[in-house]
Amino acid sequence: MPDHVASFEQLVLPHLQAGYNLARWLLRNDADAEDVMQEAMVRAFRYFGSFSGLNPRAWLLAVVRNSAYTFLRQNRVRELGTEFDETEHQDPAAEQTSETPEVLLLRSAQQRFLNQAVEALPVEFREVFVLREMEGLSYKEIADLANVPIGTVMSRLSRARRRLQAVIGRREQAGSTS
Amino acid sequence: MICRETQRLLDAYVDNELDVRGAIEVEEHLERCPSCAAEEKGLRELQMSVRTNLTRYAMPKGVEARLLASLRGVEPAVPPASGHPAVPIQSARRFRSRAWTWALAPAAAAAAVLVVAVPRIWTQSAEAPVADAVVAAHVRSLLANHLTDVASSDQHTVKPWFQGKLDYSVSVTDWAAEGFPLVGGRLDYVENTRAASLVYKRAQHTINLFIWPSKRGGDEPLRRASEQGYNAYGWAKDGMQYWAVSDVNEAELQKFVELARR
Repeated sequence: MPDHVASFEQLVLPHLQAGYNLARWLLRNDADAEDVMQEAMVRAFRYFGSFSGLNPRAWLLAVVRNSAYTFLRQNRVRELGTEFDETEHQDPAAEQTSETPEVLLLRSAQQRFLNQAVEALPVEFREVFVLREMEGLSYKEIADLANVPIGTVMSRLSRARRRLQAVIGRREQAGSTS
Repeated sequence: MICRETQRLLDAYVDNELDVRGAIEVEEHLERCPSCAAEEKGLRELQMSVRTNLTRYAMPKGVEARLLASLRGVEPAVPPASGHPAVPIQSARRFRSRAWTWALAPAAAAAAVLVVAVPRIWTQSAEAPVADAVVAAHVRSLLANHLTDVASSDQHTVKPWFQGKLDYSVSVTDWAAEGFPLVGGRLDYVENTRAASLVYKRAQHTINLFIWPSKRGGDEPLRRASEQGYNAYGWAKDGMQYWAVSDVNEAELQKFVELARR
């Protein structure tokens, strides 16, 4: 038991921040991200014995990811399995934002716009995008983590990027004509 | 390479996920095709912008303390590994029981070695990266549509093709009669070494048999790894390292491995 606690602290706790960032991007608000992290921490601690020892960060991210999906299934099932419909999503600027006014003031318009555009992606696409661009995981690591084939990782990533490019392009066009 | 194919691979190219040959083919196309090159530039700009502008959310004040507090009184559900935390307890256990089924195989002597040797080898951390590397090489071969450099079901065509490309010779056998037709060969790169890959089919499934000179020499018993829907079996014989990787079901891959080990 003391061994368990010591190695858990040593291997898993350094990656809490990465876990929180993923939870925050999947849930899109601080309160739900914290709830999911609580759940993920308890799960991670309980099942730490089954950890293979290879990559503690990817392992914790997988636990967080699974907890986030459990939460979404229970509380916001409509967000899951959304197909990528080019007409369905409005420009992110028109959608409600999860940011507090103080944070918004501090951040440049460019950052805010990009954050909102990523937040507007369906969760399955957002997940792959965040794991690749923010955590730098390989396609294979993402495939293992999200339990989908590598080809699916590749196509989700590709479509997420094309979508973001289109949104950014429209914004630039609107900016230059107004 | 045509535009459509390049565009399919462009994300993987920008993410450095293609094998060397795939990357070279994409590069060659990009040099000739301004419209694909513009797409590549756009992707890299997006990536740069995302990496500098996307918010990395920090835990709000007090969250970390609350998270740690939530662990109080929680008991581990799986008994911790004695001493070393990095031993894959469950997989080692599962693996040991699998070793016993192998012990029923006719080659009793070899199997006896296997039962003793497998759990030991499995826990050697150096082993996992090799299994990782061959599964990754297998996936790359499917992803980039570069299954074969020499497409032939004739072992007398495939074997000579490797001569001059490798400083060792590989034996090539077509097992079409046994249900595993040879479809060709490919040069690959595993463990910082050039490896031969013999490509076989089983219905719609692809089996890659990787062969390269073992760093440790000699013979090594069979071992198994399983990742992300792919099964892999590795062994060494007469100083050569062999790994068979596929998404075909385990019983069929075992059948293939038995043929390959004859």
